[in-house]
Amino acid sequence: MRGDGRELILYLDLACPHCAAIWAQLEGRPLRLVFRHFPVASKHPRAPALHAAAEAAALQGSEEVFWALVDSIYADQGRVDDPHLWERAKALGLDVERFDRDRRSTAPAERVRRDFQGGIRAGVASTPAAFLDGAPVAVDLASGLAL
Amino acid sequence: MIKVGEKAPDFSLPNHKGEQVSLSDFRGRKVMLAFYPSDFSPVCSDQLSIYQEVKPDLDEAGLEVVGVSIDHSWAHRAFRKELNLDFTLLADFHPKGQVAELYGAYLPDYGTSNRSLVLVDPEGVVGWVYESPTSLEIPGANLLFDALEATDKA
Repeated sequence: MRGDGRELILYLDLACPHCAAIWAQLEGRPLRLVFRHFPVASKHPRAPALHAAAEAAALQGSEEVFWALVDSIYADQGRVDDPHLWERAKALGLDVERFDRDRRSTAPAERVRRDFQGGIRAGVASTPAAFLDGAPVAVDLASGLAL
Repeated sequence: MIKVGEKAPDFSLPNHKGEQVSLSDFRGRKVMLAFYPSDFSPVCSDQLSIYQEVKPDLDEAGLEVVGVSIDHSWAHRAFRKELNLDFTLLADFHPKGQVAELYGAYLPDYGTSNRSLVLVDPEGVVGWVYESPTSLEIPGANLLFDALEATDKA
């Protein structure tokens, strides 16, 4: 969770450009953000690796490092190959070797899968999907979240 | 829309390779006919991507998803490749929308089918149906599992 205010649960795909656009619009809003992993691999083959990387960052850092990596990916979705992830991890002060090991391990993948399955059960069918105080919020890509 | 309990009309349509596929080919298995407006549209792309994501679970549960739209086989071929889909897509291309019409899922004013799901049970009878209120609303993958649960109980 990050921030204070009304709770906004977001189901996001780190490789989804629409999610990046919405992410930028949320900056500075008085909301408590809850990030739920929702990588749609068929559409964005790189997404599972990015979500595992975010979880791997959290494993050796704090929750802040998780958010920092998410911010970093959404700020530049064009550089998400392995060397770019190593660079990002290094910039966040992480042990890059451990980061690389962790992101390929089963725990991050399981965490991501749990979130994804929760999203499916909640009826999430595309990203970004949002729930404000538990109620679904319409996401209009032109005007942003209808908060 | 066709109703639960009705016999699902048989049909034969070409798949993405141009091979004819009949509904009766799936007899003995549960099949979900997913009528959708058109290949490559943003909403249809999201819908079919999500179904692809849960395909391993659907396979395990014994449900075969078959997408049906008015697009040509060649469009289906490109669409499957674009989204890495590995389920069957059928081309209701000529005569246009004939199968969608058989199931009450054709929208003549738009020239496409609506977005709807029809579960056909192993005996070829309609066991569950869903029609999206608007073409912009995606029937989530949760509905596929709801349909399985509902028809398992029946």
